[in-house]
Amino acid sequence: MKEKNDYEHSKRYGMVIDLDKCTGCGSCMIGCYTENNVPFKADETNKLDSINWIQVYKLTNGKPYPETEISYLPMPCMQCDGEGKLGHSPCVSVCPAVATDYDYSTGIVSQIYTRCFGCRYCMAACPYHARKFNWWDPVWPADMEKYLSPDVSPRMRGVVEKCSFCFHRYQLARNKAYYENRQTEELGEDEYQTACAEACPTGAITFGDLNNKSHAVYQLKNSPNAFRLLERLETNPKVYYLSSKKWVRRQGDNYLANEEPGLIKKIDKQHH
Amino acid sequence: MFPFCFEWAWDMSHMVFMGGLWYALSIIGAGLTFAIVKSIMDMKSHDEKDHGHH
Amino acid sequence: MNETPLIPAGVKRCSKWQFSLWMGAVTAVLIWGIYAMFLIWYKGLNQTNMNDAYGFALWIWADLAVIALGGGAFFSGFLTYIIGKDDLKNIINFAVIIGFICYSSALLILAIDIGQPLRGWFIFWHANVHSMLTEVAFCLSCYFAVLTIEFIPLILENPRLAKKPFLHHLSHNMHGVMAVFAATGVFLSFFHQGSLGGVAGVLYGRPFAYREHVFIWPWTFFLFTWSAAACGPCFTILVTWMTEKITRKKLVKQEVIWLFAKISGWMIITYITAKTIDTLYWALVTAPSKGFTLMDFYSSPTYNIGLLFIEIVLCGFVPGLILITRRGRENSFFLMSAVILAVIGVSLNRWVMVLQVMAVPLFSFNDWYTYMPSWQEVATTVLPVAYGLIVISLAYRYLPVFPQEQELNPID
Ligand code: SF4
Ligand code: SF4
Repeated sequence: MKEKNDYEHSKRYGMVIDLDKCTGCGSCMIGCYTENNVPFKADETNKLDSINWIQVYKLTNGKPYPETEISYLPMPCMQCDGEGKLGHSPCVSVCPAVATDYDYSTGIVSQIYTRCFGCRYCMAACPYHARKFNWWDPVWPADMEKYLSPDVSPRMRGVVEKCSFCFHRYQLARNKAYYENRQTEELGEDEYQTACAEACPTGAITFGDLNNKSHAVYQLKNSPNAFRLLERLETNPKVYYLSSKKWVRRQGDNYLANEEPGLIKKIDKQHH
Repeated sequence: MFPFCFEWAWDMSHMVFMGGLWYALSIIGAGLTFAIVKSIMDMKSHDEKDHGHH
Repeated sequence: MNETPLIPAGVKRCSKWQFSLWMGAVTAVLIWGIYAMFLIWYKGLNQTNMNDAYGFALWIWADLAVIALGGGAFFSGFLTYIIGKDDLKNIINFAVIIGFICYSSALLILAIDIGQPLRGWFIFWHANVHSMLTEVAFCLSCYFAVLTIEFIPLILENPRLAKKPFLHHLSHNMHGVMAVFAATGVFLSFFHQGSLGGVAGVLYGRPFAYREHVFIWPWTFFLFTWSAAACGPCFTILVTWMTEKITRKKLVKQEVIWLFAKISGWMIITYITAKTIDTLYWALVTAPSKGFTLMDFYSSPTYNIGLLFIEIVLCGFVPGLILITRRGRENSFFLMSAVILAVIGVSLNRWVMVLQVMAVPLFSFNDWYTYMPSWQEVATTVLPVAYGLIVISLAYRYLPVFPQEQELNPID
């Protein structure tokens, strides 16, 4: 955990989600549930105590018919690079037990379930509500336990969990490269993809290395329609959004009445 | 907390933080030890005095 | 042969049955709290009404509040042993007992609050030295040890215990080095009171809580230490007054109370001035730079701007001004009103810095988050109150807590 890779040359996995393409179908959520053994309850009406690693929000422009417009916004963990120095993510810096950590070689914020003792300080620190607490013991309906993925450890009651960008897939891809006598650091774009990106029927989610010029996300994130959520808090998220609608871009952050989203200085280390 | 825990590092933050901690702990420890040892000695010398009286 | 009485000589205490009746009533409440505590340990935190938006709630507030109120112990220790205000020796025992109760309660609540109580020791073992919570955990436990050490000599002064030569000497020798412990206590208190402020202040993802840095700490670090030193003594005065009312006796000379109140008053005035500057800077510089206006944070019916007025003016400047003027603090009505306001003020500050931080929505497409504690949370928060009453009752009955009691209440 101590080594700090050279920022330009290490990988920084990230996502670009095209909100113009998102229909709000929720396939990404389902894909994530099955991929990551995310527990669920019989009654999931209260969204504030249910666990999901990616959640689709519904945005509206607040105008009456016929001018009503709607946009859906899937929100996973933003894998924040953090304010100031790299790795000072809001949640990582506060965890008293080093149960959540910033991986300098991928930029992914990990969660160590067996280390977490459930103080929930990280949840208080995360502005995106990306972190979920296991209020109950996970229980799967009969037989469903047999369908759980062997690659992801299920969590116990009393700990926090969150999106890992399907880190186990990254490990599997590296293993495969190793067995094939290839460089484990140089994975192809399609060798490591998250479950949500694969599940999305409209292809709204693009995943890849934000530092790698040959990956699609590298170009997409520089689009004039690209924005990140709550950028002004300087959390430096690695999840970007695209939307051609100005009101959607405006809802992605907070602006004073006289401010225009595009004109606010972009606090993005990426563009230095 | 100890140098043998794997997340330990000999960096500034650890030295300042843990330095402060172990410093405070040793003062508390030393103060307590002093009080206890002195009480035992006081008690002994008291006993001897008592014996002298007899 | 006559056994040494348990009750200190020269003072009068109520009859055994009266005492038992009182203790029985308090114990009933205690048992209710303990039941809830075991329920939570057994069934988990689903027994609470917290949720993913409200990960910190009633308990964390209770923690912060009791620690602030217990601040009277370290500050009176500081004034007595380091500054040399000898008069305060007459109230410091009681301040230490109150501190002991507050800190043991805080540790207990923390043990209930974590999702995996059996892993609680990870916070020490796998310490992340950059986390404010780590600092809190370490200083809190160390300072609790210090408070226990400060409390022990008093316990050993119980007439029956004092009969044992070793305990008698121990009490004497511990008194002898008390200044060292008190100084360590002040050092530790500075850090954990401060880190508790830092807990909210470092959350740069939460613009309602975030305060920019001085040195390596956010401003709230200093504000919390300061407010605990300012309002902790008020709580000590309040509890002393309640004890006097219940026992129908004067226990501490009024001059001592006035001195304590005066110092507290000046601390409150300086604190609330600093807090005002902090609030202004935050409202005019920090928040707008994140795209928020002050009123964005106070747009809910529960969390409206009135809270800020109550905290800073009504429960800040008002009690401060009363306590620094002689006429104010020497009038018992004004004195007690000021003390109560200050206690409410600091508790409200802690509430706001925990609960309101969670409630504020950060996206325009989210609404304010609401939360109502469950009965289990309430019961476990009342638990320390019952426990505190029991400790105070026992201490008052069996220990020479108030050095001036005999002089003020001669029995012939
Ligand atoms: S989105 Fe939240 S949980 Fe994810 S890295 Fe950022 S602060 Fe941490
Ligand atoms: S809940 Fe777990 S991961 Fe989050 S801060 Fe506490 S120990 Fe760390």
